[in-house]
Amino acid sequence: MARFVGRKLLHLLPVLLAVTLLTFLIASLLPGDLAYTILGDQATPEKVAALRAQMGLDLPIWQRYLHWLWDVLQGDFGRSFRTGETVLAAVADRLPVSIELMLMAEGLGLLIGIPLAILCAVRSGSAIDRFLTGLAFGKLSLPSFMVAILLIYLFAVTLGWLPATGWVPFTEDPIGNLRSFVLPALTLAFAEWPVLMRVLRSDMIATLQEDYIAMAKAKGLHPARILLVHALKPSSLTLVTVTGINIGRLIGGALIVETIFALPGIGRLLVGAIYARDFIILQGVVLFVAIGFVLVNFIVDMLYAVLDPRIRHGRA
Amino acid sequence: MTRALLSLEDVSVELPTPRGTLRAVDKVDLSLMPGRTLGIVGESGCGKTMLSRAILQLLPKRAKLSGRVRFGGHDLAALPAESLRRLRGPELAVVFQDPMTSLNPVLTIGTQLIETLQAHLGMDGAAAARRSVDLLAAVGIPAPAQRLRQYPHQLSGGMRQRVAIAIALSCEPKLLVADEPTTALDVTVQAQILDLLAREQRRRQMAMILITHDLGVVAGRTDEVAVMYAGRVVERAPTAQLFARMRMPYTEALLAAIPKLDSPPHTTLPAIAGRPPDPTRPMPGCSFSPRCRYADDHCRHAKPTLADPERSGGFYACWHPLTLPAAVGT
Repeated sequence: MARFVGRKLLHLLPVLLAVTLLTFLIASLLPGDLAYTILGDQATPEKVAALRAQMGLDLPIWQRYLHWLWDVLQGDFGRSFRTGETVLAAVADRLPVSIELMLMAEGLGLLIGIPLAILCAVRSGSAIDRFLTGLAFGKLSLPSFMVAILLIYLFAVTLGWLPATGWVPFTEDPIGNLRSFVLPALTLAFAEWPVLMRVLRSDMIATLQEDYIAMAKAKGLHPARILLVHALKPSSLTLVTVTGINIGRLIGGALIVETIFALPGIGRLLVGAIYARDFIILQGVVLFVAIGFVLVNFIVDMLYAVLDPRIRHGRA
Repeated sequence: MTRALLSLEDVSVELPTPRGTLRAVDKVDLSLMPGRTLGIVGESGCGKTMLSRAILQLLPKRAKLSGRVRFGGHDLAALPAESLRRLRGPELAVVFQDPMTSLNPVLTIGTQLIETLQAHLGMDGAAAARRSVDLLAAVGIPAPAQRLRQYPHQLSGGMRQRVAIAIALSCEPKLLVADEPTTALDVTVQAQILDLLAREQRRRQMAMILITHDLGVVAGRTDEVAVMYAGRVVERAPTAQLFARMRMPYTEALLAAIPKLDSPPHTTLPAIAGRPPDPTRPMPGCSFSPRCRYADDHCRHAKPTLADPERSGGFYACWHPLTLPAAVGT
C-alpha cells in the first residue's frame, strides 16, 4: 500500500507542474497589460515602462514563468495591487466558507442520492424507478439559480425559517453560521443528487446481476447486508469518481450560488478579481483551485484502492 | 421408505425473450432422498442451470416458475422471503460454476465465510473465525488462517472453488446443489474438486445434486442420473443401470462425445450432429428427433413421455429405446 501511494504521488509531480504552467499561461494571455491596469489614468509611457521593468514584465515569458514558479515554490503567490492583501491570506480567508459549503452540499447530495439509487436499482423497471429516474432527469435540466430563487421564496420569504443571504463566522455564532449555509447547500445538493443517483443506480443494477450477489442470497444473508455490503461497495467506483470531480469543482467555489446567497467564498473572490482585473489574485486563486482539484482526484485514486483490493494489488 | 428431501412436481420455467417465450424447463418431475446424490446431465442450454436456479429460488426476476418445488416439507416458491432466507445456508446450499465470479471480489475470504456463520449460527466474530479456519482446512486449503485476510483474486481458480465449497458447507446443509462446479477449472484440478465434493457429501450425509455436461463426471459419483434435453428429463435411472443399459439415443450420443484417452491421436471427436432445438419454438414430436439416427415419422409427431414400462427403475422418454447394452463402457 505504501508503495502504491508513493507511486501515485510521484505521478502527481508532472501534473502539478503542468498545472502551474497552464495557470501562468492563462493569466499571461489575458488581454490587457498589468502595468496599465495598475497605473490606471496616471499611465504615461515612461511610467508604464518603469513599472514593467520593476515587475519584470519586460522579460521573455519563460523567464517570467520561472521567476513566478520560484516565488510560488517559496510560498510567495504575490499580492493584490488593489488591497495589498497577499494571495495566500485572501485564499485562506475565503477557503473555509467554500469548503463548508462544499461539504454540506456534497453530504446532502449523497444523503439524497444514495438511498434513492439503491431503491431504484432494487426495483429497477418498476413505477417508482421510472418516476425517480424521470424526476432526476427533470431536475438536471433545472438551473441552480432557478432552484435558489425557489428555495429563497419558499423558506426565506414565505415561511421565514432561514436567512436568504448573509454569513456569520462559525466561531461567533455556530447555529447562525449553519443556518446561513442551509439554503445554498440545498441549492447545490439539488444539482448533485440526480447525477449521483443515476450513476450509482446503473452501476448497482449491473452489480445485482453478478454471480456473487446470487451467492450472497444463496448464503441466506440479510437483504440489507447484501445491498449495503455486497452490492454497494463494488458499485461505488463511478460514484466516488463523480463525487470527487464535484468536490474538486466546488473547492473553486460555487460562483452563482455564492453570489446569490452573498457568501464570502472563493467563488466571489474570483468574480471580484475578474471584475477588478486583479490578475495576481486571479492567477493565485486559479492555481489553488487547480491544485485542490488534482489533490481531490489523488484522494479519489486512493479510495479506489480502498474499495477494490484488485487495484491495490495492481491487478485491475 | 423415508420421505423425499426434495421433490419437483411438474416444474416449468418460462423466460420472456424478444423472440417469444422461452420454455427453459418443461414439466420436470424429480425427487431426491436425504443423503443421496443425483446427477443432472445435458449439453449447454438444455435447462439444467435454470432447473437448479428454480430449486434454489434464484431465478431471474422475469422468469415464471410453475409447478411445485418441495423441500423438507416446504413449498419453496410459496415460502415468505424471510423463511426462505433462514433455509438458505443451514438447509440448502450451492456451489456455482465459476469461482472467479461467485466470490465477491471486494470482500476478504474471511468476511465471506464469517458472515455466513454469523447469519445462521449466531456465532460471535472470534468463534466464527476459528470455525472458518477449520472449514478451510477441511476443504484442503493450506495455511488457512492467512487465507482469511486474503481476497479472492489472490487465490488460484481451484483454491477459490474450495473456498466456495467451504462457504456452502459452513452451515451443514441438508442439500448441496453443485452447478457445474468444475467447468471453469483446469482439468488437473477438476478431479480433486469432484473428489472433495464426494468425500464431504458422504461424511456429512448430505444430499447433493451434481449438475454437469459431462457424463463421465457423474459416473461413480452419484446414485442416480437424470439426463436433460431441451428442458425435459429424457432419461432417469440409477447410475450403474444407466451406464450398463442406457435406453435413450441422446444419452448414448452424449457418452460417445466424451473424449477417450486411449483413442489414437487425431481421431475425430464424435459430436452430436445438428443443434439443440429453438426453445422458443416448441415442436410437436420428440425434441431430439431432428438429430436422432433412429427417428421416424412417429417421433416427429408425437412427444414421448418419461415412463418406466419395464418396471426396471430406469425411466426414459423414447419411442425407439436402445435394446442392446451400450457398446461403450464407463
